[in-house]
Amino acid sequence: MATEHFPIEAGHIMLFARSIGDANPIYHDAEAAAQSEPGHVIPPPTFVQASAQFTEGYVLRPEIGQPWFGSGKEPSGVQRQPGGEGGDSGGTGFHAEQHYEYHAPIAPGDVLHTVEKPGKSWEREGRRGGALKFSESITEYYNQDDVLVVTARSVGVQTSRVVE
Amino acid sequence: MALSKNELSVGDTHEELVVENLTRTQIIQYAGASGDYNPLHTDEIFTTKVAGYPTVFAHGMLSMGVTGKMLTNWVGDGRLTKYGVRFVAQVWPGDSLTAKATVEAIREEDGVSLVDLSVSTTNQDGAEVIKGSATARLDG
Repeated sequence: MATEHFPIEAGHIMLFARSIGDANPIYHDAEAAAQSEPGHVIPPPTFVQASAQFTEGYVLRPEIGQPWFGSGKEPSGVQRQPGGEGGDSGGTGFHAEQHYEYHAPIAPGDVLHTVEKPGKSWEREGRRGGALKFSESITEYYNQDDVLVVTARSVGVQTSRVVE
Repeated sequence: MALSKNELSVGDTHEELVVENLTRTQIIQYAGASGDYNPLHTDEIFTTKVAGYPTVFAHGMLSMGVTGKMLTNWVGDGRLTKYGVRFVAQVWPGDSLTAKATVEAIREEDGVSLVDLSVSTTNQDGAEVIKGSATARLDG
């Protein structure tokens, strides 16, 4: 699903860097970053995945006022929406691979948008999870000047039973 | 600091402990920052009673993110041109992860010096959880 408006914000980059345990000042300190080779705060290499925050209808984010398949005091009994990773009734969707190509710098203040391209799909028999169905999706991230900054290729896999 | 072509040889390695005793709180931090709120990563009741797993487990992208920290610490800020991984095994609360990069090739492309790296992240039992590759620009 395409993301039409992904604002690159310094605070978001800082929170993301904290979540991966990365104390590098280039992710949170504008003055230190100004002395670095890029010359400004940059996001960590996997940051564009956080575009999910800005994707309309992203199935792994609770929508205000809508039922959510996570639990309260007890399981909610809500079936999750199809799409994305996640699981119910044994079989589960997983993220199998993620690949990035970096074409141009990203800085706070940029506003990215994505273009989604279909990828391949294939099947094979797995060792751990029964039949495995793989599907690939390609996401191109463009900035406000329509410069391609990152190409992301994601491979998802659907398993037919719980993987341990 | 970035790496220089003259300092590197094929077979050179760099390794870092990137997570020690992974906490559920860090997984929640990652969910909040990344926007992937799948309850499989944060909701023990859903994960055990509904999905049938022993406990919550980390987002694959959290493992890729902490592995990327090892890469950028070595090759320098803004130097990666490619980074890709396969999620080989799940990462659980309490796991400790060590990420390692190995120089596979040093080459020139359009007048730019590049290093190709293989990437592997293993848990405290030595089991591989991430297998990947990366390419970075070098000085010189």
